Amino acid sequence: MTIEAKYGVPTVAMHTDKFDRVVRSVAAVNGMSALRQVFVPQPIMGKTPAQLRAYVDGTDPLTGRPVMQEVIEGLTRPFDAAELGGVIFDRSTPWICEPDTDENLHRLFLENRWTDMLPIVLPTEERVAAMLAHTRRKPDEIVGHMRSTHFREHWEYTVEKVAVNAVMAGARPEYFPVILALAATGVTARSSSSSAMASMAVVNGPVRRELDMNAGVGAMGPYNHANATIGRAYGLLSQNLQGGSEPGLSYMGNQGNNYAYNSVTFAENEERSPWEPFHVEHGFKPDDSTVSVFTGCRSTAFTLGVREKYWREHVRNLLRGMDPNGPPTLLLDPIAARQFVDRGGFVKKDALIDWLYDNARMPAGEYWDYQLVQNYIYPRATFGEEPWATWLKAAPDQPIPIFRREDIHVVVVGGETNGYWRIMGAGYQKTVSVDDWR
Amino acid sequence: MAAKITVLNPLGFPPVVTRKEMAPRLDTLAGKTVYLVDCRFDDSDVFLEQVRGWFAEHMPAVRTVIKPLSSVYLRDDPTTWEEIKARGHAAILGVGH
Repeated sequence: MTIEAKYGVPTVAMHTDKFDRVVRSVAAVNGMSALRQVFVPQPIMGKTPAQLRAYVDGTDPLTGRPVMQEVIEGLTRPFDAAELGGVIFDRSTPWICEPDTDENLHRLFLENRWTDMLPIVLPTEERVAAMLAHTRRKPDEIVGHMRSTHFREHWEYTVEKVAVNAVMAGARPEYFPVILALAATGVTARSSSSSAMASMAVVNGPVRRELDMNAGVGAMGPYNHANATIGRAYGLLSQNLQGGSEPGLSYMGNQGNNYAYNSVTFAENEERSPWEPFHVEHGFKPDDSTVSVFTGCRSTAFTLGVREKYWREHVRNLLRGMDPNGPPTLLLDPIAARQFVDRGGFVKKDALIDWLYDNARMPAGEYWDYQLVQNYIYPRATFGEEPWATWLKAAPDQPIPIFRREDIHVVVVGGETNGYWRIMGAGYQKTVSVDDWR
Repeated sequence: MAAKITVLNPLGFPPVVTRKEMAPRLDTLAGKTVYLVDCRFDDSDVFLEQVRGWFAEHMPAVRTVIKPLSSVYLRDDPTTWEEIKARGHAAILGVGH
């Protein structure tokens, strides 16, 4: 779009047919409905040159017309008035819905994809007002901006809009500052990525006790009202405030992700952790209340305990099993956390992270052949970005780090019924103050 | 008849969209340079090689240049756009997926 509109170069964009609604929508919201787009079959990945030549020689799956004829026409056929019609348009969002019965409104919300397909609490004015009473911020204050993916437009939202979604999730009004903080991150819990990623939210500080959040037994499961509804609110506000999360249009996750129901929201077990809390690591004081968000949550490796003889090999195996594009966040039950201290002498969390970084290695040739590494890391390496530019120079059989040290994290959560622990492939985004939204 | 209630709309506020100007089309591609821009995602380079092959076979009067983006597709690439503007006449970007 940039090269067409800003540089004045006639352009045709080629896509696979699965993305037709997405690309037409993105072009439209960027003021370029007339962008010339041609489609070929999905997938491109993994096809032989001969198979891809067949795509080129073949027809556009959506129009039935020869692909290259559409490409040539795209660059040579002048635009007509109908293609260039329509100028500025405003897409205002109504404040209220048309009054209707309880049953009809539930159906409306469901059919409009304003829910997570589970029953919601209808956001009446009274309920929203009750939610708004738990922040000093004004209802019309802008909280932030969010989008489902980097090439879509940002949508804007207010404190009141966040409150509407918090009510829908079934959250109690006292949870509202945490939910506002999540909204303020601008990090969506409904990413459009075809990788079907979810988000994770970790709460630290005194607010955990104030809201009776769970950091112990069942913390990441459906066993605590605050955990469940705060996480659910994060998902609902993401999809509704960013412009939607509709399969085939603004959500392309190929398999979907069950983590997205409540975005793996829990409180860190600071009291039983042998280390400093997660938010203190990131510059906050112990008495600050915060929430930290992670994205890219898809994969989880899992094991029991930290064995005396082969713990190093076991942990290396778990790390090798991660996709290199999904850095590890260890979620340790306090038993497992103390075992790491006992086995490896990791009195400080930093020492454990150093060890993880040093031991998460694989041969360079193998690393660079991962598809996601090819898509997202290799281009940055060739651009000279470190540390990847240096890793790119390694011989194929030379072990190189799988992850950057700053992308490895450790959080303590669990109720010590056993020493199970897991590694979530997750990208830490930011930690924000909950206190700012009280 | 069940009572009617009023609820608030949960959607955020979209930005105002304004139409952008499209570049004029070429009369012909013969004698022109067409850049085949590789978005560097999921074997797009292999696909664009086939597009180049098609031009060589069917429209040899068109000069094609395969140009990978400078970095990951998530980032704008003014260096590449400047080159295409300066040395090319048209661009084919692929493959979005």
